[in-house]
Amino acid sequence: MNPTAAAQLNSLLAALILLTAFALVVQRRMNALLHIFAWQGFLLAVSTAIVGFVGGAHHLYISSFLTLGIKVILLPYILHLLIHKLKIRKEVDSVINVPTTMMIGIILVIYSYHLTAPIRELSTLVTRSTIAVALATFMLGFLMMITRKHAVAQIIGFLAMENGLLFAATSATYGMPLVVELGVALDLLIAAFIFGMFFFHISTTFDSLDVDQMARLKEED
Amino acid sequence: MAASFAALVLLLVLTIFLRRSQRLLITAGFSLAGLASFLAAGAGFLTVAQGMTFRIVVPLGLPDLPFHLRLDVLSGYFLMIIGLLALFVSIYSIGYVRGFLGVRPVTSLVVFSTFFLAGMFLVVLADDALFFMIAWELMAGASYYLVMFEDERLENRRASFLYLLVAHVGAIAILLSFGILAGLTTGFQGFEGYTFDAMREAKHPQALATAAFLLAFFGFSAKAGVIPLHIWLPEAHPVAPSNVSALMSGVMLKTAIYGMMRVIFDLIGVFPWWWGALVLVFGLISAVLGVLYALLQHDLKKLLAYSSVENIGIILISMGLSMIFASFGLTVLSALAMIAALYHTLNHAMFKGLLFMGAGTVLHATHERSMEKMGGLIKFMPWTSALFLVGCLSIAALPPFNGFVSEWLTYQAFLLSPALTNPLLNLLVPLGAALLALTSALAAALFVKAYGVTFLGHRRSRHPAVIHEAPWSMRIAMSLAALACLALGIFPTYLIHWMDPITKFLVGDTISSSAAGFGWMWLTPIAHDRASYSAPVVFVVILAVVAITYLLLHSRAGTIRRGPLWGCGFEGITSRMQYTAMSFSMPLRRIFGFLFSIKEKVHHLPPTTHSAFPGRLQYHLRVRDRAWIWVYQPISDASFWISRRIGRMQHGRIQVYLIYSFVTIIVLLIFSR
Amino acid sequence: MTIPSSLIETTQVALLLAAAPLFTGWVKMVKCWMQGRTAPSLLQPFRDLAKLFSKDVVLAENASWIFRFTPYLVFGVSVLAGAIIPVLSTDLLLSATADVIVLVSLFAIARFFTALAGMDIGTAFGGMGSSREMTIASLAEPGMLMAVFAVSLVGKSTSLSQMTAVISQGGHAMLRPSMVFALLAFILIALAETGRIPVDNPATHLELTMIHEAMILEYSGRHLALIEWAGMMKLYLFTVLGIAAFFPWGISLNNDLPAIAGALVFLFLKLGFVGMALVLIETGLAKMRIFRITEFLGSAFLFATLGMMSFFMLE
Repeated sequence: MNPTAAAQLNSLLAALILLTAFALVVQRRMNALLHIFAWQGFLLAVSTAIVGFVGGAHHLYISSFLTLGIKVILLPYILHLLIHKLKIRKEVDSVINVPTTMMIGIILVIYSYHLTAPIRELSTLVTRSTIAVALATFMLGFLMMITRKHAVAQIIGFLAMENGLLFAATSATYGMPLVVELGVALDLLIAAFIFGMFFFHISTTFDSLDVDQMARLKEED
Repeated sequence: MAASFAALVLLLVLTIFLRRSQRLLITAGFSLAGLASFLAAGAGFLTVAQGMTFRIVVPLGLPDLPFHLRLDVLSGYFLMIIGLLALFVSIYSIGYVRGFLGVRPVTSLVVFSTFFLAGMFLVVLADDALFFMIAWELMAGASYYLVMFEDERLENRRASFLYLLVAHVGAIAILLSFGILAGLTTGFQGFEGYTFDAMREAKHPQALATAAFLLAFFGFSAKAGVIPLHIWLPEAHPVAPSNVSALMSGVMLKTAIYGMMRVIFDLIGVFPWWWGALVLVFGLISAVLGVLYALLQHDLKKLLAYSSVENIGIILISMGLSMIFASFGLTVLSALAMIAALYHTLNHAMFKGLLFMGAGTVLHATHERSMEKMGGLIKFMPWTSALFLVGCLSIAALPPFNGFVSEWLTYQAFLLSPALTNPLLNLLVPLGAALLALTSALAAALFVKAYGVTFLGHRRSRHPAVIHEAPWSMRIAMSLAALACLALGIFPTYLIHWMDPITKFLVGDTISSSAAGFGWMWLTPIAHDRASYSAPVVFVVILAVVAITYLLLHSRAGTIRRGPLWGCGFEGITSRMQYTAMSFSMPLRRIFGFLFSIKEKVHHLPPTTHSAFPGRLQYHLRVRDRAWIWVYQPISDASFWISRRIGRMQHGRIQVYLIYSFVTIIVLLIFSR
Repeated sequence: MTIPSSLIETTQVALLLAAAPLFTGWVKMVKCWMQGRTAPSLLQPFRDLAKLFSKDVVLAENASWIFRFTPYLVFGVSVLAGAIIPVLSTDLLLSATADVIVLVSLFAIARFFTALAGMDIGTAFGGMGSSREMTIASLAEPGMLMAVFAVSLVGKSTSLSQMTAVISQGGHAMLRPSMVFALLAFILIALAETGRIPVDNPATHLELTMIHEAMILEYSGRHLALIEWAGMMKLYLFTVLGIAAFFPWGISLNNDLPAIAGALVFLFLKLGFVGMALVLIETGLAKMRIFRITEFLGSAFLFATLGMMSFFMLE
């Protein structure tokens, strides 16, 4: 595979990752959210592997496998169990309506593109054009955490943010050092377990995972 | 040109003599006005065609400050637009104003129409700040009296006061802008800088030029009705007599566009790209919000007034694009966008004039302004309804009519925005194109509503009054405007060729060599393999297919039977069960409802016969402009608050006032020591 | 051997008139197979049209000339649109008449008059159909323009023949993110514009869910035949428009006889595939509530915008 074709393939993957990021922001059904999240992880793993191949950075293969294992299989499975156990089926509410969220998302993408312009000019890597997409994925994850009312959806937003960071690292500097990545992966796993326990408690306390309920915890006037 | 003014002066003299015979006054008066307009249009046309510039210095006005007049291609173009529509409207007025005979004296209408016309002509001819402001005020003042024409209604008096207020706030801004530009040329010493020539010559420092631009943009926007300065427009246009609203909406708003072009491209000349972006953004806001507000109206003339806001927005969009391209040095693209802006200015004058004249005819016949009481008029007024349809098709930007040509050119300008070298603009400008697409699609919905509810379906009014077709003069005027719409739509290449000197003058480049490079039938703005459009072919092919299909299908004798409507088995269909203007826009009202302040109230009346049959429902809908609540309410509250504070200083005793004067003098003396 | 472009143009219009009902028949056929029903013949749409043409017209009581003129106009506009889109060859007599923006506006003419005809008869249904149709069309328009923008960035033109030629010569155009996104957007918009599930159901006559059918409820005889035929042509035209912009391989760039014959074979293959894909979409989805369409068309706009942006960001 020659570098130009790889770069083009990588661009296509970046576009698809951006698409999944938007899909996460607007999707209502919880199961579909999990599937999209798993797909995002898969695309990210493939992209990382390709970058590793082209850039000769072989530690990226390990990173790619980690992504595949944790974000495509393990985390979605845990969340799936959680959803199953907590009997979450109904559609997820969001604070802002869907078309408005999309428009905000588009503005965020343009803003990320504007922000990353200096990096693009300085970088010489074949992957430099995807940095904007990576930053946008990060911001969209954040947007998702803000607009969703449901705790599980917020966690998925958080994980999507992490995906964006990883993608940014890969495309800007061919990945973080391996130790850091391993650490992050471990953190994520632990975070997922802690969140799982939290959800369990929240839902037994409030009979719901709607985070609006938590407003009841504030001091009464 | 001089002959044109001679005709107007003659008209004024005539008015004095013909006060007694109102009928003769109308005929003679508006014929003369028409003649003057025709001469002005001709003068404008020739000026542009030959790319000439005339200057006159008239030794009138203040000592040492003579009036400068100049007829160049830009003035010529706007003179042509004003003259052409004024000609149609004058013909129309002969029939329309007769409707007032026996109701009220029309002398004031004739006099102020004359002043109004003269004011508009002089605005585009003025070549110094002083004379420009005088002509501007003449135009504003005369139109104020025209809006006030039917002054016994409170609504009219309120609308005209609002109009006067906004017009003057705008005029102050324009005056200040000229002040800055004039001051720059003379270093704020002396008066020589007040001519436009001096302003053109001067080198403007960035900061002051920006201030002048912002002030001028604000001032002219108030006249043009750019959101959020549009509030006077939907109040004043509907209450004015329809011939006046046609002129106000069709051409008076355009003098503001003229002013912007004159100040930005001619007097200042060099500008950074964000000026263009600012104009573009305000254009987009006006276009989208204007058409959405229009969709929620059920008063036909108010709907048209909001639609003017939208169209001014579209003109500003093209103008903003032209400015952005110009500031990046892309002169050909700038010329393309400028042509789009100028073309839309002309188009809007034609179709909005036509639509206002049509609305006036409907008003004249039904004495109703609310569309909810119209319906089915196509059977009573075949001419008016057909001509109004032409106006609707043009304004909804459907080929082969004229509105489409200018919108298509604007799209082409948008599609060429990747040529800009600023990556951020590359991403943002296309979003503007999407908003323009939204606007034009909503405009189509708007005019389906306007036409469908007014002319189609069953008659909604409960008073079966006799509705008559308009008199011949009104029909002729509307036919002329409709013909202009069609001609401007089918032969754009001639017009673009003719407009060459204007873009040469404003942005220093032309597009006619490429635009008409393949003969008069093919419009190819930049290159033939980039985009092309042939209105004549579209027109002829559609007509031919329609004719062939019709003939083929009618070769076999078939009968047409008339049958009752299908109402799902329900037989008592009445005209009240039709979709109304309010219900037509309901889906869009729900989707875009967050942009307005909407109050809905449903009131259930108790059942009258039996509890199984539901009682009547009363539905109230009130839609308000958010601009009122967000912008004007605070301002008006603040000014009332301040007035009350100041009011406390009023005691009514002469000694107190003398103390005020004395203190003022003392304070002034301290400063002037 | 080279064929004159006027002959190609004639063939293409003839093809439009013939293939549009065939394509509709094919979609119905596949749908029946999918749902385990016995399919009507491929020629059934022709029979329906013939039957309608031979019937007399029953006109609503207060229908005006607009109501009677609309079917002819809608038909004429569709035929003109069919003469512009490159189906067999990019070298067409009338291809310079209109670029893709004009083409979209041609459909807008048809829609404008159909909506007026819906208002003309003065029933609640007609008005409801018109109102909904115009609403959906307004919401679809920004996405459509954005998709055009994205494709014109790749094709460096808005002239259809030029775009088709550039894209078919461009090699692996489908690997370009902008084209992928534009295609997604185009599919959603085409579903909305041609009134297919999930936006509108062409087979329903249930009062509350009708959109397009509500406007043409009062048509009969030859008027209805023309409207129906134009509706079939619209589906066919959007399909070939998609093919010309996104899958142009096989469309002849010159007017050689073998190339044209090849283009014809390719066209039928592609139409067959698109028909099956359409059936998959239509059986897989349920009709949406009308206010969910905002989200549907919002996604179309999002895809198209992402397409435009990824051209600048990634390519």
